[in-house]
Amino acid sequence: MTPRQKRMAVVALLLAGVATAVGLGLTAFQKNLLYFYTPTQVSGGEAPTGYPFRVGGLVVAGSVRRDPDSLTVHFSVTDGPATLPVVYTGILPDLFREGQGIISVGQLNAAGVFEATEVLAKHDENYMPPEVAAALEQSGQRVPNYKEYQK
Amino acid sequence: MIGELGHLTLIVALLMAVLQSVYPLLGAARAVPVWMAVGRAAGRAQCGFLLVSFGCLIATFVNHDFSMAYVAENSNTGLPLYYRIAAAWGAHEGSMLLWATILGLWTAMVSYFSKGLSEPFLARVLGIMGLVSTGILLFILLTSNPFVRNPEPPADGNDLNPLLQDFGMTVHPPMLYMGYVGLSVAFSFAMAALLGGSLDSAWARWSRPWTLIAWVFLTFGIVLGSWWAYYELGWGGWWFWDPVENASFMPWLVATALLHSLAVTEKRGAFKVWTVLLALFAFSLSLLGTFLVRSGVLTSVHAFASDPTRGLFILILLALVVGGSLLLYALRAPAIRDQVHFELFSKENLLLLNNILLVTAAASVLLGTLYPLVLDALKLGKISVGPPYFSAVFAPVMAPIFLLAGLAPLVAWRKASLGKQAGLLYRLAGGSLLLGVITTALSWNLRDITTLAGLSMAFWLSATALLSLWQRVKLRHSTWQGLRSQSRSIYGMTLAHLGLAVFLTGVTLSGGYSEEKVVRLGPGDTAELKGYRFTFKGITEVQGDNYTARRGEFEVRQGDGSPHTLWPEKRVYNVRGNPMTEAAIDPGLTRDLYVALGEPMDGGDWSVRLYCKPFIRWIWLGGLCMAAGGLLSASDRRYRMARALEDAATVPAGSQRA
Repeated sequence: MTPRQKRMAVVALLLAGVATAVGLGLTAFQKNLLYFYTPTQVSGGEAPTGYPFRVGGLVVAGSVRRDPDSLTVHFSVTDGPATLPVVYTGILPDLFREGQGIISVGQLNAAGVFEATEVLAKHDENYMPPEVAAALEQSGQRVPNYKEYQK
Repeated sequence: MIGELGHLTLIVALLMAVLQSVYPLLGAARAVPVWMAVGRAAGRAQCGFLLVSFGCLIATFVNHDFSMAYVAENSNTGLPLYYRIAAAWGAHEGSMLLWATILGLWTAMVSYFSKGLSEPFLARVLGIMGLVSTGILLFILLTSNPFVRNPEPPADGNDLNPLLQDFGMTVHPPMLYMGYVGLSVAFSFAMAALLGGSLDSAWARWSRPWTLIAWVFLTFGIVLGSWWAYYELGWGGWWFWDPVENASFMPWLVATALLHSLAVTEKRGAFKVWTVLLALFAFSLSLLGTFLVRSGVLTSVHAFASDPTRGLFILILLALVVGGSLLLYALRAPAIRDQVHFELFSKENLLLLNNILLVTAAASVLLGTLYPLVLDALKLGKISVGPPYFSAVFAPVMAPIFLLAGLAPLVAWRKASLGKQAGLLYRLAGGSLLLGVITTALSWNLRDITTLAGLSMAFWLSATALLSLWQRVKLRHSTWQGLRSQSRSIYGMTLAHLGLAVFLTGVTLSGGYSEEKVVRLGPGDTAELKGYRFTFKGITEVQGDNYTARRGEFEVRQGDGSPHTLWPEKRVYNVRGNPMTEAAIDPGLTRDLYVALGEPMDGGDWSVRLYCKPFIRWIWLGGLCMAAGGLLSASDRRYRMARALEDAATVPAGSQRA
């Protein structure tokens, strides 16, 4: 091979590599993006059914109800105007409590209940998930002072 | 008083940093020796003032000076002394001061261990480091000063975040920062070389040990962080693809590429332009990491309260560093030519391929980390990119890296032919595959392709690492003589590649064969997992230093073996009042047993999480082997001997443009 051909071979290899990487990246992206919806958007029918997404809001006070003999727990999240019922089986995070801002990953079932596969509450009690803060602001709610919830 | 002293020394350190950047850079440009000499003194002075300042911060924590806003936010009279000291870097302000202090330490080290560097070159290195330091110190003083007084001091402090009250978390940030900031040395060397036009293999030889040491710290810091997440977060995972983990992983990937590329530049004088670019990228990614963590734009366990001015400031700093360095690169790089020739199949090209793959991996992590931020900023929706994305992208990029890491050490520089090696390599590859099949079939399920691939790859890596060592050794008369004559960097490389194999084994087996069970247990109940019987004995209340805990007692028994007791806890820290899960782990080389308490249920029942994780220790063990290998390489004699020899060589090269 002449040096020129060699160089072209290297360039071709590089291009092929980059193309494969981009292709893999884009497919992985398509399959694994999770969109965030507020309870208001969900009640407005904007959220998909049969496809996972994330939802966030404050846990409604008095809504947490546990099954007597399994690990299933029911609760609702709200962003002010709308409330979404959630069902989850498993261990809730340490900082999960009523009034706390949480984010949950899961799917909407036919009955309009959000079946969560994951519930996230942040480790710093002063910390509000940005999505939840934005959702509350959008619906004209005052972002609560977490210190007050502690007491 | 101590607080004011800390504040004052911080300001003086900023002045020193300004001196350290202005005079040496001007001096190098105009060839004024006196100006250049300022750099060394100013750098050491800066380091001294920063150490005093940081010492003052620690002193205010030890003394419970709650009139300091930062102390009041992050400490408490009930906090034990050890954590009071560590609390100094437990939140944003203090950890930025730690960042700056570590930069000061690196600066002082460069000024001391640089006897062989030419004056203009050293002046430029210190000058660039001074500029970085100026930026960071301005950031601290203007937006996140830890020495701010609170006019109405509270009677007691708000306590340190309970998650951080743990040994691993006290050591993790300093180690990680040593790595992050250490990359600024490689960056400064590259910038100095671009400024002076003296980009030669001597430059690479100088850069290499500094880059290695920074890489060792970075590796160690990441390993510590992963280990902490495993036992402290109570989820039993070792890596979450959390944006902040990614922020430390991206510089690591690029720094790894840089190490390999520096080797080519040092030994063969090739890839100079590429190596410089990697050095610029590695530090830029460190700064980006700082920006991501500190600006609060991320939803993450690490995200502190967000403050837009801080984010903006770091963003501007980042733009200056990246923009400035790339501009200089664009102006100077075209003049640099590689004068070497090598064939398509050679060690040079294999290392180049490794570099491209590592950078691709870093780019895919960057994409997954930044894409949600960009979409959000453009108001196109809020999304998150989860672990499935990273797993899907990462495996296909890493697989060829593992193959190459085995192949490259066996291949000759310049021009290699598979002819001599081919038979041996095929046999090795076949052997590794066979061993992979056997081990997969023996203990697990043969149809599991991932395990098969992972284990075969691990065998391939260890076999080739040992073979390449053996091939070097047998060139000598006797084995003993051969072993003794190998340089430490050869042993370092072998150890690091073996570490990669150990790491891969851990990832493969713990990923494929971990078992998890979430159960509801009352006192006396039993759950079974992978042949282990877990019996819940009950809960007792215990009193800690600054927390109360409900402690569960679990008896674990394998078959008819002797029982073993695990004590997981659910703690409530007195001051902040938030609950914390302390998992109980029975560690082992071949498996970890992991018990974490969930929540109390009706009738004395508890929800409990049980895990059996085979070979998970190997993940961190592998990381430690890599770090140890890096340390061994950095201590190679030639970096020390070279100083005297290079002295003569660098002076004319360095003064060309001076």
